[in-house]
Amino acid sequence: MKSKSLLFIATFAMALNLNATTNITWWHAMGGRLGEVVNEMATRFNNSQSEYKVTPIYKGGYEDTMTAGIAAYRAHQAPDIIQIFDAGAATIIGAKGVVYPVADLFDKYGVKFNAQDYISGVRNFYADSKGRMIGSPFNSSTPVMYYNKDAFKKAGIKNPPATWEEFEKDAVLLKKVGYIGLSQSLSPWTAGENFMSRHNLQMANKNNGFDGFATKIYYENPAMDYHWDKLRSWSLKGYFKYYGRGWADNQQAFYDQKVAMWLGSSGSFGGLKKGAKFSFGTTYLPYWKKFINPGAQTFIGGAALFVFSGKSDKKYKGIAKFLQYLTTPKMQYFWHKSTGYVPITKAAYALAKKDGYYKTTPDAEIGIKQLSLPTQKWTKGYRLGNYVQIREIMTIEFENILNGKKTAKQAFTDLDKKADKLLARFARTYR
Amino acid sequence: MKKVQFNNKFIPYLFVSPQIIIILVFFIWPSIMAIYYSFVMQDAFGVSTQFVWFQNYKDALLNSDYYSSFGFTLIFSTLVTFFSLGTGLFLAHKTNSMIKSRGIYRTLLMWPYALAPAVVGLMASFFFNQSHGDVYHFLNQLGWKFDPTSDPFSAQAMLVFIASWKQVSVNFIFFLSGLQGIPKSVLEASFIDCKSNSKRFWTIIFPLLAPTTFFLFITNITYSFFDTFGMIDTTTRGTPMGETKTLAYKIYQDGFLGADIGGSSAQSVILMLFVLIITIFQFKYLEKKVHY
Repeated sequence: MKSKSLLFIATFAMALNLNATTNITWWHAMGGRLGEVVNEMATRFNNSQSEYKVTPIYKGGYEDTMTAGIAAYRAHQAPDIIQIFDAGAATIIGAKGVVYPVADLFDKYGVKFNAQDYISGVRNFYADSKGRMIGSPFNSSTPVMYYNKDAFKKAGIKNPPATWEEFEKDAVLLKKVGYIGLSQSLSPWTAGENFMSRHNLQMANKNNGFDGFATKIYYENPAMDYHWDKLRSWSLKGYFKYYGRGWADNQQAFYDQKVAMWLGSSGSFGGLKKGAKFSFGTTYLPYWKKFINPGAQTFIGGAALFVFSGKSDKKYKGIAKFLQYLTTPKMQYFWHKSTGYVPITKAAYALAKKDGYYKTTPDAEIGIKQLSLPTQKWTKGYRLGNYVQIREIMTIEFENILNGKKTAKQAFTDLDKKADKLLARFARTYR
Repeated sequence: MKKVQFNNKFIPYLFVSPQIIIILVFFIWPSIMAIYYSFVMQDAFGVSTQFVWFQNYKDALLNSDYYSSFGFTLIFSTLVTFFSLGTGLFLAHKTNSMIKSRGIYRTLLMWPYALAPAVVGLMASFFFNQSHGDVYHFLNQLGWKFDPTSDPFSAQAMLVFIASWKQVSVNFIFFLSGLQGIPKSVLEASFIDCKSNSKRFWTIIFPLLAPTTFFLFITNITYSFFDTFGMIDTTTRGTPMGETKTLAYKIYQDGFLGADIGGSSAQSVILMLFVLIITIFQFKYLEKKVHY
């Protein structure tokens, strides 16, 4: 009896103690191993101080997480921090007053913050046109090319292709030794948005949508037309194969050594390392020498952390601290090493370098190097509304090209027309 | 016999109220909300709302993707209804003529009914997977260049197959009970009059099953319009080339993934009207031919 009441008192005391800490909920979309790393980061923060307790909650994929956040906000039950993916950024930023911009948050709660500390491909994507950050970049990756070193050796190729012109020659040699040249995951990202950035091409009017609601998209252009007509002819010749729109299906083909090169995320690195039964290397996304030389920088994909408005002062203080904690070089390096996502600050990159991480795993550096190429006019990213639907149309039009139903020019003319309508709808809805 | 009657006027209403409340909360209210949202443009987070009259309807109906989705839905639902009704009837007829093992067959054939559509889709995505799916490899060995990720026809065929398979068990059990409800005397009389099995089936049994068939016809159409959502989401997700996208799936993509509430509400109101028209049509013209 006595022990029972003691237990009761103990529990009660613990509950009181918990009340003293401020709880911060963080909804995220990082499943599996990534989710474990997220939990680890939150735990480390919680152990580093006693005032705040961050609770990460996995909400499913990117879209599911965003939908859950929308539903929660409408029901006045919004979490404190939410992870929103690149294509959804315009939706949350465009809705007035929903988000507390992190630059303002840091200013108000005395967190030192300088956008120049971030590596250049990361800095602008979630910022406004003046470069003030609205979301805090979190899991950031950029498309890179993975190549099967064994296959290249067999085919007698020394270096991975830097340009698509070289690729075209290498693919012939690879085919002779039984490999399909290339597959690519998430085509809108690897062979659409970042293709445009790599060739320094404008994606949409109003400064790619950063200066206001864009109304015109420019996918129909000579470089895109040329590239996608090439992809079609390569697929007929057996130099390229499209394994559907699923991310994993295209990666699997590289894994199974059916294709020798794969365009994927610099974040896929960790997973590939575990299971691949061959040695592989990483290199920059190829570019067409015909259109640009050397290739320009790419921008980040992945997601950022957004802070909901309307929370208490106490919470915001904790959130500011937590976000600052996440961007410390130590945490960024830990994140980079355990997941393959790029470190988002220059200091974290320097730390990884100093630690000799890239000496043992040089492939992990490619993404950062590609993101750190000098910023050019059209390499900052995009801010386009209804972009999830636009990506859907892009995928459909890509498939139309690859199935030979349309030429690239036709397909992209149609794409631009449909996308412009969606942009107009967005501008009208969010004005 | 003494009639049992309530003295209080309100007690009957009390008894039906749970059903009424369920209908109001889960059917009527959402429908009204959908109609409301279809006339406004609202950002995802509900911060700003503007009344736009028929703009959402215009945008939906002027979009060529909408019609390809419409076309697929029609073909898909026709095929699924045909195959699942046909197979269900065939199995029920065969099982009904068994004497010994009828019970076992009945139980076994009911099993797929217990599966949620999403689970059926998940299973199919394993069977039809291009890197380790048995059915995928089998079909390719037969010489069909089966590839649901890039060939629309393959993907559509796969969906029709799994959607029909899932629905066969329901149709089977309804047909079986329908068959067992046919009076023995009628059957015996027909045995004397007609020797041909198939003729007896089509002229006596099938017409007597008409009420069951009619009921199943309507439920199968609504099934293929709406319930197949889970299967599509776990298999093709509308791919390739957007040619396996039913109207219900398109509404989900635009509304939930794309966060366009006005646009998807307008589409769902159109779908609601369409299904209403089909149902009215069926009751008006088909039901006349059904004899209870």
